[in-house]
Amino acid sequence: MEFFHQNLSYFLSGISVGGQYALIAIGYTMVYGILRLINFAHGDVFMCAGLMMVYLSSTLPFTITIPLVLLLTVLLGFVIERVAYMPLRSAPRMSVMISAIGVSYLLQNAALYFTGGLAKVYPEIPFLSNSIVIWDATTRVVTIVTPFLTVVLVILLTLLIKHTKIGMAMRAVSRDFETSQLMGIKINRVISTTFMIGSLLASVASLLYFTNYASVTPTSGAMPGLKAFVAAVFGGIGSIPGAVIGAFIIGICENIIKGGASIFGIPGSGWTTFSDAFTFAFLIVILVVKPTGLFGEKAVDKV
Amino acid sequence: MEKEKRNNLIMTFIAIALVYLVVFILELTLRPTSIVFTVLRKGAIYSLVAVSMNLLNGFTGLFSLGQAGFMLLGAYTYAILTIPTEVKQSDRVYRYYDAVINFDTGVFVALIAAGLVAAFFAFLIGLPVLRLKSDYLAIATLGFAEIIRAIFQWDVLGPLTNGANLLREFKDLSRITLPFSDIPFPPTLFVFIVAGVCILLVVLLINSSYGRAFKAIRDDEVAAEAMGINLFKHKEMSFVISSFFAGISGALLAMFQYTVQAQQFRTMLTYEILLIVVIGGIGSISGSCIASFLYIALSEWWLRGLDMGTFLGINAPELFRSGFRRLVFSVIIMIIVLFFSKGIMGDKEISFERMKHLFRKKRKAKGADA
Repeated sequence: MEFFHQNLSYFLSGISVGGQYALIAIGYTMVYGILRLINFAHGDVFMCAGLMMVYLSSTLPFTITIPLVLLLTVLLGFVIERVAYMPLRSAPRMSVMISAIGVSYLLQNAALYFTGGLAKVYPEIPFLSNSIVIWDATTRVVTIVTPFLTVVLVILLTLLIKHTKIGMAMRAVSRDFETSQLMGIKINRVISTTFMIGSLLASVASLLYFTNYASVTPTSGAMPGLKAFVAAVFGGIGSIPGAVIGAFIIGICENIIKGGASIFGIPGSGWTTFSDAFTFAFLIVILVVKPTGLFGEKAVDKV
Repeated sequence: MEKEKRNNLIMTFIAIALVYLVVFILELTLRPTSIVFTVLRKGAIYSLVAVSMNLLNGFTGLFSLGQAGFMLLGAYTYAILTIPTEVKQSDRVYRYYDAVINFDTGVFVALIAAGLVAAFFAFLIGLPVLRLKSDYLAIATLGFAEIIRAIFQWDVLGPLTNGANLLREFKDLSRITLPFSDIPFPPTLFVFIVAGVCILLVVLLINSSYGRAFKAIRDDEVAAEAMGINLFKHKEMSFVISSFFAGISGALLAMFQYTVQAQQFRTMLTYEILLIVVIGGIGSISGSCIASFLYIALSEWWLRGLDMGTFLGINAPELFRSGFRRLVFSVIIMIIVLFFSKGIMGDKEISFERMKHLFRKKRKAKGADA
């Protein structure tokens, strides 16, 4: 108990970061479930949402900015899908993946151009940025809000997928792309909706994430994006609860490693870089030991 | 037919020899700080790494994104081995650590070692990773490159890697001499020779029976296995060889840049190389080379103005500010990826036969017009 009390701040930020990764991971896992595509640009969409917030909030009040950022990010996700992925629907999977990498490269370079390569200070959102003290650990309100918000959003999303017509279509498409097309499902509409939901959740995640980190750079989407992807793989790609659980586990582990020096009394600095390495080592181990992840279905290879 | 084949081969060799002669003459005549040399050197280095990536992605069908990691291994190995012993013992490079490796080697040994270290790590990483399928393989190799970068910046390894600090004063391009003498060797020619020999080796490999096995795996794994090709063995071989050359190109890049830092070998570098391969055509060695030189010439030279305020005589410092070049570039790349997915060469190679064919077609078209 004493141990837990002393290192509470690490656990708190772990849970909070985990929630943010979860929101991003859902975007990856849903897109992969339907298109079998790792959307490399998803992390950059997240970063763009952060930059939009920086630029828009300098002139507009928050009551307008926040909905506007959510809307614009959804639009961005929609446009990316229509322009970069839709024309390649019948192309080999490698081309689509290359296109995704191209979009990621484009978004990062665009951000580099507009920011001039400088880190932009993220605005302080009232209430979320306030600091509070919990059990002697000082933290921001956003740290506490994140996990609850994440859970609420995930429940809403699950309801959407289980009980609405578009949700049913999504499940059908992820089960069998071609057959669902034959059954009269408008496949492009379903895919667009998937991308829009993913982008919406990514922009919510960017609100929460950057409030904690306070600055946005053109590459600040890459790492969270890759980690969220690892979380999605860990949970079993295509499975939403899996992605969420995976994200929380990765967020917490990562922060424990960041605090490694003080928690375990191990000498040496540079543990922050190691927390990144841990995520990938973890990924390789999962892929080798249990490639289907926690809740993934076993794919049957047909010759 | 046999004779024509031999003639073509001779013509190819003459053409390549001409390229080297031109490089040599340029080096004798132009002033050494000319931008042409930057383009030629960097272009040759990128050609090598693009070809090594093409061997994996284009010829074996393994979508790997670990190239930056292997380049980092090569660059660090080369730099650590060639920093002179007295510099290692002084405070000039290893300011915060005591260097563990207290000897230095020649350029040639260090280049080979750079390749071997990268190949060794590729062998280890390949054992688990190559059993994965397409996109999982991509993400696992990407992750591996990130791990390598993190480890090389770790301060506990400082005595070996100098932590997150720069490595410099190793034998860069300006310090190359002819073997057993102090006569300086023309640097651009050196890069061309090393890259050229490596690319030639890759070409020979691709045209051997191993190369045919790689292509069989790319086209259909199941069928290849049924024909008696050992999938894992060939994938591992392709991965190790590709990484060997990526390591050497990393070493060349270190020589070109005069300094090495782990920070430079980010995922962005791998993406860049992948996009070069795509522009050149997946599965074409000559395409990769052309695309590399084109890419470097555009980004380092011809499109410079986009970053500097004036381009093609249009002066618009507001629009043409730093970073605009890369933005234009990424748009061009997206257009190529979406609309010209075959790239410059498709999966064909440049050959005299094809050129002759092309000319004949043109002449015929002209004749029809008249």
